[in-house]
Amino acid sequence: MIEFKLPSLGADMDKGTLLRWAIRPGDAVKRGQVVAVVDTSKAAVDVESWQEGVVFELLVQPGETIEVGTVLATLLEAGETPETVKPTAPKERTDKAPDVSVTSTPAPLAAPPAAPIATSLRRRVSPAARKHAQEQGIDIEALAGTGPDGAVTLQDVQQAAELRTQAQAAAPDKQAQMRKAIAAAMSRSKREIPHYYLSETVPMRKAQEWLAASNEKRSITERLLMATLQLKAVALALKKYPDMNGFYLNGMHQPSQAIHIGVAISLRQGGLIAPAIHEVAEKSLDQLMRDLTDLVRRARAGSLRSSEMSDPTLTVTNLGDQGVDTVYGVIYPPQVALVGFGRIREMPWVTDGALCVMPAMTASLAADHRVSDGHYGALFLAEVRERLQRPEQL
Amino acid sequence: MDEPAMEQQELLAAVVSTLKSIAPEVEESDLVADQPLRAQVDLDSMDWLNFLIGLHDKLKVDIPESDYARLRTLNDLLDYLRAKVT
Repeated sequence: MIEFKLPSLGADMDKGTLLRWAIRPGDAVKRGQVVAVVDTSKAAVDVESWQEGVVFELLVQPGETIEVGTVLATLLEAGETPETVKPTAPKERTDKAPDVSVTSTPAPLAAPPAAPIATSLRRRVSPAARKHAQEQGIDIEALAGTGPDGAVTLQDVQQAAELRTQAQAAAPDKQAQMRKAIAAAMSRSKREIPHYYLSETVPMRKAQEWLAASNEKRSITERLLMATLQLKAVALALKKYPDMNGFYLNGMHQPSQAIHIGVAISLRQGGLIAPAIHEVAEKSLDQLMRDLTDLVRRARAGSLRSSEMSDPTLTVTNLGDQGVDTVYGVIYPPQVALVGFGRIREMPWVTDGALCVMPAMTASLAADHRVSDGHYGALFLAEVRERLQRPEQL
Repeated sequence: MDEPAMEQQELLAAVVSTLKSIAPEVEESDLVADQPLRAQVDLDSMDWLNFLIGLHDKLKVDIPESDYARLRTLNDLLDYLRAKVT
């Protein structure tokens, strides 16, 4: 039997509130399928399953707040049937006390068969529960039952209704919650990560001219932003300098083969979120532009996927639009580096002994000294600069 | 009311509603028409592009990137759009 646990959705999230299930007992689940929507302090995240199976039990009710690692549901593996597995004992669930730590303690598979073994995936629902659910507009199929054989009782429905009311009342606190979450992650970063900082002035004439010529040929809906060139340049530089990519976990660097770049997106109501664009090095600028547009839109609408939240391997932040020259970044743990871009401004520049005016931007790097040294960081940053001098190859 | 003034009102309404779709917190009364628009409303490059795409969809005008520099204030934008739609 497969235990589906609440995955970590970033360093600044250690618990979430289940908003709703996207699956029901008996449903077949594919890899990458969205199975639940979980509210974090930053967004309503579509949580994906990375395992395949048939949904056996849902163990958490919408409205419940659960810690990362909590078993949310169980899936039957290929070859398993409801008859061959035992329902999870209700006491293994987080139930009403969400703050009691049950982090990543999986429910034992061999729970004593306190209840008779379920013989069917059909839900049992008491008539009173069904009536109450209808009145309250609660989807009974999305509830985890606590009665015999996993039956949904009137109490289950009442609890779900109450939790929903609580979740609605908690909405105004979201800003404060997000601030707290960012504070926790950034404090951890500054406490644990010995940052070093480098910056490099990047001439941007070639990139600007290429972009302007390229956009002239495009309709407005297909125009590229400089941000896509920056992301691609960083991704290609990471291929050459993999020590900037990945995570620092369990006392060592765990480089990532994949290059998933977290994009720092400021939210209009305040706060910040840095979800990933996946496999940036492999994507065309057009694809990156589509992905970036979609990601920003969904981040601002508060609708992201769990993989986007949990797997950025390096974060890029661009504060140039706000007129900033240089970004001194704070690494988002467990990542090991952050690249910042400032605004493109015209500055005096010397080429071949002659003074000219050059559009240029400061690229900066904050990197983890446990993983790399300044020399390596400098080479990486120089590679980003060089990539931006050949925009047609991005 | 004469014709051009009417058009001006419609254009302004279209611009403000498009702006609000990007920046919902914006109030029309807070906008200073002769001050830089992007700084007032905190529009980054992505917001700006989406704003122009919104205007493109609504008013069927094409706004080449080379014209961006001319569109500093709300007044600039209204003048520009009026010339384009008529």
